[in-house]
Amino acid sequence: MRETEAIANARREVEICNACRYCEGFCAVFPALELRRDFLAGDLSYLANLCHGCRGCYYACQYAPPHEWGINLPRTLAEVRAETYAEYSWPPGMGKVFERNGTLVALATALSIAVVLILSMAISAPGRFWVARPMEADAFYSVIPLWAMQIVGIASFGFSLFAMAMGARNFWRDAGPKDRVGIVAIAIALWDVLTLKNLGGGGNGCNDNSERFSMRRRHLHHAMFYGFMLCFAATTAGFIYHTFLGWPAPYPLISLPVILGTVGGILLTIGTIGLFAMKLIEDPMPVARQLLGGDVALLLLLALAAVTGLVLLVVRATAAMPLAMAIHLGFILALFLVLPYSKMVHGVYRSAALLRRAVERNMKPLGGE
Amino acid sequence: MPDRKQTYDVLVAGGGNAALCAAITARQAGASVLVLECAPRAFRGGNSRHTRNLRAMHDKPNDVLTDAYHEDEYWDDLLRVTGGNTDENLARMTIRASSGVFGWMKECGVRFQPSLTGTLNLGRTNAFFLGGGKALLNAYYLTAERLGIDILYDTEVISMNMDDGAVRSVDITYRGFPETVHARCVVASAGGFQANLDWMREYWGDAVDNFVIRGTPYNRGRVLKNLLAQGVAPIGDPTQCHAVALDARAPKFDGGITTRLDSVPYSVVVNKHGDRFYDEGEDVWPKRYAIWGRLIAQQPDQIAYSICDSKAFPLFMPSVYPAYKADTIEELAVKMKLDPVKVRATIDGFNKAVKPGQSFDNLKLDGNTTLGLTPEKTNWARAVDRGPFYGYPLRPGITFTYLGVKVNDKARVLMDNGQPAGNLFASGEIMSGNILGKGYLAGFGMTIGTVFGRIAGQEAARHARN
Repeated sequence: MRETEAIANARREVEICNACRYCEGFCAVFPALELRRDFLAGDLSYLANLCHGCRGCYYACQYAPPHEWGINLPRTLAEVRAETYAEYSWPPGMGKVFERNGTLVALATALSIAVVLILSMAISAPGRFWVARPMEADAFYSVIPLWAMQIVGIASFGFSLFAMAMGARNFWRDAGPKDRVGIVAIAIALWDVLTLKNLGGGGNGCNDNSERFSMRRRHLHHAMFYGFMLCFAATTAGFIYHTFLGWPAPYPLISLPVILGTVGGILLTIGTIGLFAMKLIEDPMPVARQLLGGDVALLLLLALAAVTGLVLLVVRATAAMPLAMAIHLGFILALFLVLPYSKMVHGVYRSAALLRRAVERNMKPLGGE
Repeated sequence: MPDRKQTYDVLVAGGGNAALCAAITARQAGASVLVLECAPRAFRGGNSRHTRNLRAMHDKPNDVLTDAYHEDEYWDDLLRVTGGNTDENLARMTIRASSGVFGWMKECGVRFQPSLTGTLNLGRTNAFFLGGGKALLNAYYLTAERLGIDILYDTEVISMNMDDGAVRSVDITYRGFPETVHARCVVASAGGFQANLDWMREYWGDAVDNFVIRGTPYNRGRVLKNLLAQGVAPIGDPTQCHAVALDARAPKFDGGITTRLDSVPYSVVVNKHGDRFYDEGEDVWPKRYAIWGRLIAQQPDQIAYSICDSKAFPLFMPSVYPAYKADTIEELAVKMKLDPVKVRATIDGFNKAVKPGQSFDNLKLDGNTTLGLTPEKTNWARAVDRGPFYGYPLRPGITFTYLGVKVNDKARVLMDNGQPAGNLFASGEIMSGNILGKGYLAGFGMTIGTVFGRIAGQEAARHARN
């Protein structure tokens, strides 16, 4: 991590936190910072990505603005986080996309939809696009051929996975632990990722827009995360049905891919719309404004991907199916393409940071009152 | 917006822990309550904002306290730090009540963190608030709002107008404009006067200009002075205050916990002339840090400098400010604007006086002493000879003052003639001198505030109804 203004400010604040330590019960960030006296840029990158943004420490801080020290750790670490996303992105030079991330994600989405729509209309035989198809084998592929879906899907998603893996590698080299990663540490980190333990303000939840605690954000994030995973499972199930069992789509309502996809889509919609709504009412003080655009863009992209998927299920036997499918796949393509260049990367770096924390779990705090 | 024309059952002057405990308890007993907080909302809560824990008696381990801390041990600790300058009846009542506050605190939304190691080993005697004192205050304020208590920020009590031993009306300024409010009972929970430098100057002279006030700038003692001027009985030595050694670069007010400096036992401490003036190694630091404020206050310009070498530097937590650092003692002295020749001579004299062949142990009183110095350093004396060298400037940091109003066991304020005031109660720092006449026990201020706040709220509500 480069030495930047955000890093310098984070170092100043973290050193004050290290002399105070009142917040150590809130989350993993404080026990992690108590292990050291000197904070290299990589350490601050680690702490920044370890922070889940629950804001408990901001409302509890005796040095929060308007105190002259103006300690605002959730915002400061979010500012560092934004820089780390750019710093670690792959290929090198792609970091710039995080500067106007909301605009970029929105443009990529619009473009993806347009391309898929135009191509699917172009591929269709004249007059065949706006026609209801019987729900039998290959109905979907008469709009967009299977090979085209598979090539584009695997290529875009594969590239994105690779780019995110390279980002993770860059993070790990710069901000990873010195010790070996054991199986127990991996298990602990996985548990922390799956439960979002650190988005809990020490068991009471986050501060959404005041001193009051609530579990709302954690629950909505769970809905979004597990909804996303269910959608992914639905796609995988469909792929297995088609490729290995020879059962082509569309699948009946009572089938694994449709049930997983429907439940997942509904959860994803609730989670993303809920988190978006919370951004509208949140206290602007402990959040970084420059991250808002990218956050909202990804939330809405996920929400629209989920909603258009559900719409497709509803209209699949009608003449609106080709249009609904093209739009849905347009959103999915956009999602695949922007994965490594959107807020989505927070999952990668946060998981890696939680892993480092788990590796260092037995280290002893330095000094202390 | 509260209707300030109504006569409240209970008016609470102050906005810290003791004030909120009184207000919430009174409201829960059915009283209408008005809280007047001098500070703006962002700085509400007085010195409670900078606290972290509460000392509580307990007979067996529980979810926030380890082992046991019995009444007699608690009382012995209090007796030791106060040197007997306490009221055994009130003290024991407070100690006993401290074991029963957790249920109520948790109902009010206060959260505790599991006991931790490395916190001066306070996990046995003190319950730590999750997030510290400001988080505790947030919980109390949320509870107060939920219960329908009226709270005015930026509101200073100018005068409690007493007549025949009872408060008839209260003059305030609300956002700078004068008003008068009325209440059947009044609870004074407005803290001490350590942030009132002019008052402090009466006892300390111009030395106060070099004092650092560790807590809120809003504890100016206006209510305290007003009550004492109207025949309320005083308690506690007005000239005394709790003073510790702080990093001299601390802000004048509100620096809180982070500006403390634990370097003294492993250092050589000199005044502005480069002379040593006290045994740095007299005892372990938790037992000595509270005398160093006074020691430095008695030095010229109320400043001292702690100097150590690279052997000693890792042994203590640094303050938030970076140490001055240099390869030679002379350079270090120049950086701290001290006379390099004099400091060099002091360090050389010290190094020569260190008794050779001693084995150093920073974890206990190791008996490593100097021989032939005035004053000697009687523990952890080691030659300051391995560069780089480190230095910190030190100032007296004032935590609180001891002067207060006299109360009885019902938190009722007593008049000069020994009679209880008609409708006036007190809780917290403004009356803690009844129990803590000298010295300090970590977390005991919050215990007094909570216990007496609860009593004052209960009694005021009861009295208002009759």
